[in-house]
Amino acid sequence: MDSLNSLIDGFGTALTPMNLLWAAIGVLLGTAIGVLPGIGPAMAVALLLPVTYGLDPTGAFIMFAGIYYGAMFGGSTTSILLNTPGESAAVVAAIEGNPMAKGGRGAQALAAAAIGHFAGGMIGTILLVVLAPTVASLAIGIGAPDYFAIMVLAFIAVTSVLGASRIRGIASLLIGLTIGLVGLDQMTGQQRLTFGSLHLADGVDVVIVAVGLFAIGEALWVAAHLRRSTGKPIPVGRPWLGRADLKRTWKPWLRGPVIGFPFGAIPAGGAEIPTFLSYVTEKRLSKHRDQFGKGAIEGVAGPEAAASASAAGTLVSMLTLGLPTTAVAAVMLAAFQQYGIQPGPLLFEREPELVWGLIASLFVGMVLLLALNLPLAPVWAKLLRIPRPYLYAGILFFAAVGAYAVGGESLDLVILLVIGLIGFGMRRYGLPVLPAVIGVILGPAAEQQLRRALQISDGSVTGLVNTPFSVTVYVIVVLIVTWPLIGRLIARLRGDRKTAEESRTVSGG
Amino acid sequence: MTTESTEPAGSAGPAGPAGSAGTAGTAGASGGARAWLRERSELGVCVLLFALGVLVLTDALTMDVDIAQRGPIGPRTVPFVVGAGLLLVGALLAVDVLRGGRGEAEGGEDVDLDEPADWRTVLLLTGVFLAAAVLIGPLGFPIAGALLFWGAAYALGSRHYDRDPLIAAGLSLFTYFVFDNLLGVPLPGGPLMGVL
Repeated sequence: MDSLNSLIDGFGTALTPMNLLWAAIGVLLGTAIGVLPGIGPAMAVALLLPVTYGLDPTGAFIMFAGIYYGAMFGGSTTSILLNTPGESAAVVAAIEGNPMAKGGRGAQALAAAAIGHFAGGMIGTILLVVLAPTVASLAIGIGAPDYFAIMVLAFIAVTSVLGASRIRGIASLLIGLTIGLVGLDQMTGQQRLTFGSLHLADGVDVVIVAVGLFAIGEALWVAAHLRRSTGKPIPVGRPWLGRADLKRTWKPWLRGPVIGFPFGAIPAGGAEIPTFLSYVTEKRLSKHRDQFGKGAIEGVAGPEAAASASAAGTLVSMLTLGLPTTAVAAVMLAAFQQYGIQPGPLLFEREPELVWGLIASLFVGMVLLLALNLPLAPVWAKLLRIPRPYLYAGILFFAAVGAYAVGGESLDLVILLVIGLIGFGMRRYGLPVLPAVIGVILGPAAEQQLRRALQISDGSVTGLVNTPFSVTVYVIVVLIVTWPLIGRLIARLRGDRKTAEESRTVSGG
Repeated sequence: MTTESTEPAGSAGPAGPAGSAGTAGTAGASGGARAWLRERSELGVCVLLFALGVLVLTDALTMDVDIAQRGPIGPRTVPFVVGAGLLLVGALLAVDVLRGGRGEAEGGEDVDLDEPADWRTVLLLTGVFLAAAVLIGPLGFPIAGALLFWGAAYALGSRHYDRDPLIAAGLSLFTYFVFDNLLGVPLPGGPLMGVL
């Protein structure tokens, strides 16, 4: 009941004309960005970080959340009409959506995706309203050792769960931690890695790192491998669904969020796994299993609902624990830092207007998105024809604007370019970008919490594990770290048993 | 933490900086050493990680911390851990690469990994960006920004000499006014804004 009252207050914040405007701008920008190939939601939010210099926090976060959801909406349009999903979350949408579009059922695919996102976002956000205050109140008493444990979990999860190679993930994390070290030590004022430069003594601004790695790195990488012949989007009319299609899609719309939400809340790679799981589930449950792979509408509806619900789940851990589980959440965390706000259990007490305004705006944004996307889909599809030189020149342009707005110094642009070149190299050699960004954002905070915890315990390492919360988190960390080993062990045991049985049958026979 | 190879060698897109997936195999014995290195250009990443580790450790060692120490952990501890970690990861990655592990180049909507990397475009873009960084002071944002957009579009292959500069100028001026007037983020106007 308490959260219901807060939510109503939140609607009071979200429905002010100014905040409605930010929500509308956010979902429009987000959809456009999601449709545009080459720009993901993380890059979009990173490019917009400079607005935090001029906007109040509530308006900024309402806009960012709109971009997050909007980009999910838009991303499926690209997948369905162009069959080239740029984002991992939209991969599954292409499997069934593109054959549907090719078979002349593009309008139905877009409608199934749009309503799926609406259902997923709504259910996910309701779960967020129910769960977030509970999680926050459970975590309210946590101290320095617990915060440090959460950050260790974020580091480990982001390097181990995501990406194909652990060692490359860790390399990326260490690069990020190193960038985070640059500047004055927060506790003693000691200069670190500044090489006597006054400019570096302020540290490298998180905006510059995020924009450099996500935007410049990506633009340069694409420029080096620009596809000369871009695919032609399939023309499509206004999305709609017939009665037969509705009958096939309403259950997947409701099942998808159940799979998506929990996966968004844990550091397991955002929407990638749940969309796939939802796809497999729908395939198994469908009466039209023979259509899968050739354009089954259930295979669009379920995964898309799961994707949006996972975005809501991401917000649970981001707002209540300050734990970013996706790249967008990481960049939003950077935005919180810009405002000097620490997301975590206290956020709900200290900034109720911001948090509940943000949550309420998610509902508003969902309605706006549905209202925009169903009628405007043919217009969005036109965005796919933007000449690629303009698109990537525009990304470089806005990246430069963002970095320059930080402090009005040309040197920042040079640092931005250097970090962009690092991002380029990372893409070339398969180092994931996300661990580096998490390292830069959480690294300095983690160091502070570590030192604070050890200060309290007077240097004894037990000070890091003296709360039930931190012990639980470390158990999870150990499980994640040893999981491949355990998996290998199980496989070996099975193999042993098999060979043992074989030898027995051989000797017995 | 054991090393693990992500990909069987060879399946990881372009194998060298110049996209030498094909050439490396045909180079034969004459260019053996070069081909070997090209095939394993990722070792360069290991060298860089190693160098970065040495840099971080040197910086930590040369810190003058006696006066500043507060609490059981000073400002040097974390740099030591990070530096050592960089050395270790550099070494482990080298082992992984020598065993045939390859980082998988990132794909994307507009990315065509079958074509060799286009270094000319990347260099041009880098140059244009640096030029904009230098020019933004004397010329102001509207002009430098427009040059950046036009230059980048040119580098990426756009050759519409009538349309490109107009779009560049429009975008740059629009952004300038949004940031300067609406968002309250000051950008340098330069001589152009002085005239207007």
